[in-house]
Amino acid sequence: MNIAKPNSYRSGPDERGHFGIFGGRFVAETLMPLILELEKAYSEAKADPAFQAEMNGYLKNYVGRPSPLYFAERLTEHLGGAKIYLKREELNHTGSHKVNNVLGQIMLARRMGKKRIIAETGAGQHGVATATLCARFGLECVVYMGAVDVERQQPNVIRMEMLGAKVMPVQSGTRTLKDAMNEALRDWVTNVHNTFYCIGTVAGPHPYPALVRDFQSIIGNETKAQMQEIEGRLPDSLIACIGGGSNAMGLFHPFLDDPAVEIFGVEAAGHGLTQLHAASIAGGRPGVLHGNRTYLLMDADGQIQDAHSISAGLDYPGIGPEHSWLHEVGRVTYLSATDDEALAAFQLLSKLEGIIPALEPAHAIAKVVELAPKRPRDHLMVVNLSGRGDKDVPQVGDILRGKK
Amino acid sequence: MTTRIDTRFAELAKQGRPAFVTFLMAGDPDPATSLEIIKALPKSGADVIEIGMPFTDPMADGPSIQAAGLRALKAGMTLKKTLELVRGFRKDDNATPIVLMGYYNPIYIYGVDKFLVDAKSAGVDGLIIVDLPPEEDDELCLPALKAGLNFIRLATPTTDDKRLPAVLANTSGFVYYVSITGITGAAAADSTAVSEAVARIKRHTRLPVCVGFGIRTPETARAIASHANGAVVGTALVDALKNSLDAEGRATARTVNAVAELTAALAQGVKGAQQAAE
Repeated sequence: MNIAKPNSYRSGPDERGHFGIFGGRFVAETLMPLILELEKAYSEAKADPAFQAEMNGYLKNYVGRPSPLYFAERLTEHLGGAKIYLKREELNHTGSHKVNNVLGQIMLARRMGKKRIIAETGAGQHGVATATLCARFGLECVVYMGAVDVERQQPNVIRMEMLGAKVMPVQSGTRTLKDAMNEALRDWVTNVHNTFYCIGTVAGPHPYPALVRDFQSIIGNETKAQMQEIEGRLPDSLIACIGGGSNAMGLFHPFLDDPAVEIFGVEAAGHGLTQLHAASIAGGRPGVLHGNRTYLLMDADGQIQDAHSISAGLDYPGIGPEHSWLHEVGRVTYLSATDDEALAAFQLLSKLEGIIPALEPAHAIAKVVELAPKRPRDHLMVVNLSGRGDKDVPQVGDILRGKK
Repeated sequence: MTTRIDTRFAELAKQGRPAFVTFLMAGDPDPATSLEIIKALPKSGADVIEIGMPFTDPMADGPSIQAAGLRALKAGMTLKKTLELVRGFRKDDNATPIVLMGYYNPIYIYGVDKFLVDAKSAGVDGLIIVDLPPEEDDELCLPALKAGLNFIRLATPTTDDKRLPAVLANTSGFVYYVSITGITGAAAADSTAVSEAVARIKRHTRLPVCVGFGIRTPETARAIASHANGAVVGTALVDALKNSLDAEGRATARTVNAVAELTAALAQGVKGAQQAAE
């Protein structure tokens, strides 16, 4: 496909929510007025300095930002190439990057007078972040989670319940993240009058992909400033894992118009790209699901296929629409890592740096292992360590002891 | 352009009675039985037939219709076979309007232009696509109107007076009023609220207004139909079908009759209603 290069990679979406052919607002009529209301509320909030000031206060003192940009010295020595920096999003309150977005959306919900918050969650990180901020602001919280994920991410289920959220195990379809999203949409369509849907990734109908990206862009903005301070220049490459793609978009977006910066997204290749996987760009094509047009895993009849990843947070048959566009215009290179590669990277980072990563960013680390040795020693590589691995300890422990 | 839908509603208006609109999933529980069921509907009193296009992720549907879609997919149903089903029905019936209802992705993947040609030639009269609001009219609505198919829009309790003109702008055939905020199979709205909503929509359009979601019994069907130009029943029929299946979800000798009998009872309810005041 021959696609014209845009003047800027950062100007999307257009007023109808499109990034090229991707994005849009493919929702039931019942939800349409709410989405328009959200779009209006968000553009007013963006223009309101008091909104930003209040959010900055919570980002600093509640979330604990800025997150450090840490030189991973032993991993760098071990791989013998690029100088590797970890953007430590796992040190945020609640243990992942998800809280950046949830804080923004909860503050919007408060502005809009919504008292009931719903969310979908895969690994439970977005669910935990949502439950946390609902507790902080005294809002009712209902989290939809696939029954399979409830099983494999028990620590996060317990955390959400301790925070006062109601966790609804979803038994329909494949009982993972996509079904949790279906069920959250069904709840929203039923409870439109008092409910705010806090979407956890850069997907869904416009304005969600743009709104979530904006709230997550603090990751890339901080990285830019921190790298300037430490090394006096821009990084040479960025790497992040992608399910829906919010941590990746947050890191990438502020760098999209810096042409010297190479950017890599890492999808979950599961058992391998010829078998069950969750790599929508590598193995899918454009279709329409969950309110947007984007790359999806599906069969010849347009039926959505089961995704598979060892990581519940990446186990989704789609990807945010802006990523689909960045793939088509060639600004970001999308790679993939298998379950086994992610498991190996999980152990490597734990042992070399004393940091247990979540299985999701372990996919990004797996590609660092591949790319860093091929780069010179003065190459600055930043990987987004989007979450900590505490939630995965029981699951990985079972796998390593040969139980699963 | 006059479609079978326009003709049917004009006839019913002359008779002074509302329409009974049925919904069943194409290919549920298998393609052959599904054709027998659809064929039995007009004889049992259905005036307009909606046929669901199965989809793995039906975001606006409750558990009954979700399960119906999965049964159909498991039985090998595809969009192509749904069009064959319509073609099969049209061999014996060239009058009863057929409306395909579902989600956009299978049509997008089939190819919009090819789908419209094939649907028209199979004998489809209209489309209801849940996840295509007026903001996305370029995708399918405008091409469908050009191809001579009705594009029937859902109006909901959240569609206020300010938004109604946008929703109605490219709507044709009839307007489908979703009586509640919620998914298919949920509880019914009370008929006073429905009556007010239908009156509100009629201030903006001359099209017939049919009401659906939550109608399960002949009594409710009568109550709702007396305030509208038609009543739509889906989940109750899908449940009757499901309850006739064997333990493995296969059709039994009772399946076709189970749906036909409930259709007849509901049709009696609707036909007992006074036509809504124009």
